Amino acid sequence: MSIEFITWLLPLPPLLAFFVIVLFTNRYKALSHSLAVGAALLSWLGSMIVFIQAIRTEHLGSHPFESVLNWLPTGENWLQIGILVDPLSAATLFFVAWTVLMIFIYSVGYHNYGQPPGDHDKKGLQPHGATVTDDHGHKHLVPSIEPMYSRFFAFIGLFAFGMYTLVVSNNLLTLFVGWEIMGLCSYLLIGFWYQKPSARAAMIKAFITTRVGDVFMLLGIAYLYSTVGSLSYSEIFKPETLQKLASTPAIGSILGLSAAGMIGILLFIGTIGKSAQWPLHVWLPDAMEGPTPVSAMIHAATMVSAGVYMVIRMFPLLQAGSEGGHMTSAMSVLAVIGTFTAIFAATIAVAQNDIKRVLAYSTISQLGYMIAALGIGAYVAATSHLIMHAFFKALLFLGSGSVIHGVEHGVLHTDENVDPQNMFNMGGLRKKMPITFWTFLIGGFALSGFPLVTAGFWSKDEILAEAFGNGHWVVFIALASAAFVTAFYTMRQITLTFLGEPRTESAHHAQETSWTMTLPLVILAIFAVSLGWTGISESFPVIGGLIPNFIHEFVGGTLIEMPEALPFNIVPMLVSVVAALGGLSLGWLVYRNQKAGAEDPLKVALGPVHTLLKNKYYFDEIYETIFVRPAYWLADNFTNQILDRGIIDGILHFIARVASNVGSIFRNYIDKPLVNGFGDFVGEGVKKVGRSIKIMQTGKVQQYLLMALVLVFGAMFYFVFALFRH
Amino acid sequence: MIPLSWYLIFAAVLFCVGLYGVLARKNAIGILLGIELMLNSVNINLIAFWRYRSPDGIAGQAFAIIVFAVAAAEVAVGLALIISIYRRRSSVVADDMNLMKW
Repeated sequence: MSIEFITWLLPLPPLLAFFVIVLFTNRYKALSHSLAVGAALLSWLGSMIVFIQAIRTEHLGSHPFESVLNWLPTGENWLQIGILVDPLSAATLFFVAWTVLMIFIYSVGYHNYGQPPGDHDKKGLQPHGATVTDDHGHKHLVPSIEPMYSRFFAFIGLFAFGMYTLVVSNNLLTLFVGWEIMGLCSYLLIGFWYQKPSARAAMIKAFITTRVGDVFMLLGIAYLYSTVGSLSYSEIFKPETLQKLASTPAIGSILGLSAAGMIGILLFIGTIGKSAQWPLHVWLPDAMEGPTPVSAMIHAATMVSAGVYMVIRMFPLLQAGSEGGHMTSAMSVLAVIGTFTAIFAATIAVAQNDIKRVLAYSTISQLGYMIAALGIGAYVAATSHLIMHAFFKALLFLGSGSVIHGVEHGVLHTDENVDPQNMFNMGGLRKKMPITFWTFLIGGFALSGFPLVTAGFWSKDEILAEAFGNGHWVVFIALASAAFVTAFYTMRQITLTFLGEPRTESAHHAQETSWTMTLPLVILAIFAVSLGWTGISESFPVIGGLIPNFIHEFVGGTLIEMPEALPFNIVPMLVSVVAALGGLSLGWLVYRNQKAGAEDPLKVALGPVHTLLKNKYYFDEIYETIFVRPAYWLADNFTNQILDRGIIDGILHFIARVASNVGSIFRNYIDKPLVNGFGDFVGEGVKKVGRSIKIMQTGKVQQYLLMALVLVFGAMFYFVFALFRH
Repeated sequence: MIPLSWYLIFAAVLFCVGLYGVLARKNAIGILLGIELMLNSVNINLIAFWRYRSPDGIAGQAFAIIVFAVAAAEVAVGLALIISIYRRRSSVVADDMNLMKW
């Protein structure tokens, strides 16, 4: 089998699993999850084969694996689809395959496979636990299996199909198809527990918010197609095409943008929606309504990464027209949005109490890092942070799911009424859940960029070094402070959750989760540490060069011009270390003595600022006022009352009334008098004649004969008379 | 030889007697008798015209024989009807038989 053929097959197993589960095996839970995990395993295997083949191929960047099929005839041409494995997609494939597989395995444990069905669990609601009687006759409440277990695996299968399609496709069209399939699946999965009103609201919010971005992205794709006549990357990124795009002014020459800049910005708006960048970030924290594996899928492995992957993919287009390392206007847009989002979301995360929401905002912030890195031209740094982040954020999300699961176990055990997601209800879990603790710690340190050992340090450091080295001071300072805030809230989270003493009975009775959940954590934790070593800058003191800077060599090869690795500079490095260590220690100092029921120390220290942060800068409320309410108002007053009832119904009623009037004219002046009149006349006439001559019909034979005689005489008389006349 | 007109006058008289009987008699059997008289007067006409006008052919005789046959059949059917009605209504009065009235 050629490597191209394997690449074609990569997305198919999860899709097949989806259809088989939905159509046939829905009722059989074990069969369904075996199918889904098996499909993920197949795709993972294929991805690893492709990845290994890719790293063994020299000059993959200029000679990628590519294969193209004619798909749709468009006039005289064909719309082509195809697959492409270049270093960027190979690297993306690597982390997608691993995280997807881990999440699939984790889902088995997360949805309580092997537990009894709940006492009164309903479809569309979280499982509420089942009562079991042990050997001593004691009754216990234990976690119960998810009622819609198979449905979940079908959905994540479809989700995985969307992501694989997006990664291996060689053109924007199939990328967009995969993109939208994921959009649908995220909608379905966020609203997985659809009987919860909050989940329903979140699913709609996520769908509509990302749709705003997608519309612009589709516009960008259409613009690109109409200009270049192709959507395949190899066509778009030809130097002469890029040159042409960069020198053509955009339609209407808005803000003096070139066509390339305009298309780049339109496509980037798609990313803003998908990767939850400001100002379309609002859907992502609400998406925490879904089950935790979904959060990991959406927030780490697949969907939000897809947004960043797409802009990284489009980087040559964004960069087109830049001279001598200057930023193009499209890149400035990226830098501004990314930097702002990074610091903005990080500050919100500080004031959140829900363990998953903290991570959601940290995701937004980290994605901002990548976008900002791309904006300042740090292509490789953005890609490597994307890869590292996928691993450690998946680890953190799955870890938080494990924590919630453990605390839920405690809640069921003690029958206490506490929120199992609120970090202030936890504490001291390191003894109860050691595997979860250590892996979460590794993930958290990677997120904060703990020096030297963690993956996050190397990629984040690289971004900061690029910002510093190229003289983007604002970006550098903002990202460095965001790094400090990140380290702070991460340590806050770890301290509140795992350190200290349990603050509730539920936390006291928390229990380590099953191996299906901890195994993925361990594997992801290994990557969260070791992966960073493949991206150490060669000019780094002492350890630099011990391991070649593999990521730079490999991923950088995607671009036609290999980006130069910056020489080592001690300043950003020191800033990065200070920010990480400072944030971590501050977080530990502030929260280490948190008592049950006590106020958040930050609330006391920051006062109204804390309220502002806690309410996420009131963005939901602002959007509610600016967009949602006016939309409802418009829908009701304009669309419903004026447009629908007034104009459309009016026209319809008018037509109906005219038709009805014309009809009654016909009825009264033509149908009734003429048509009916004639019919009635014939009928009535015949009746009248019949009535008047029926008296002859006496039934008496002699009278008939007499009548005949009279008539015969009459006739004879007539004939005789007539004869005599002639 | 007796002139043709005598036969014709006789036949006409006989026909009128029969017609009168048909119209005036109340008894249905009487009406049937009247009909027989009328048929026979026609037969007389047929035979008379044959004998006096074209004695070479046999068309007149053939017609007369057909009229006999028809009369016999008619009487058979007519009497059967009358007997049937008599059994039902114990009457053979023609005026009572008005089942075919409108």
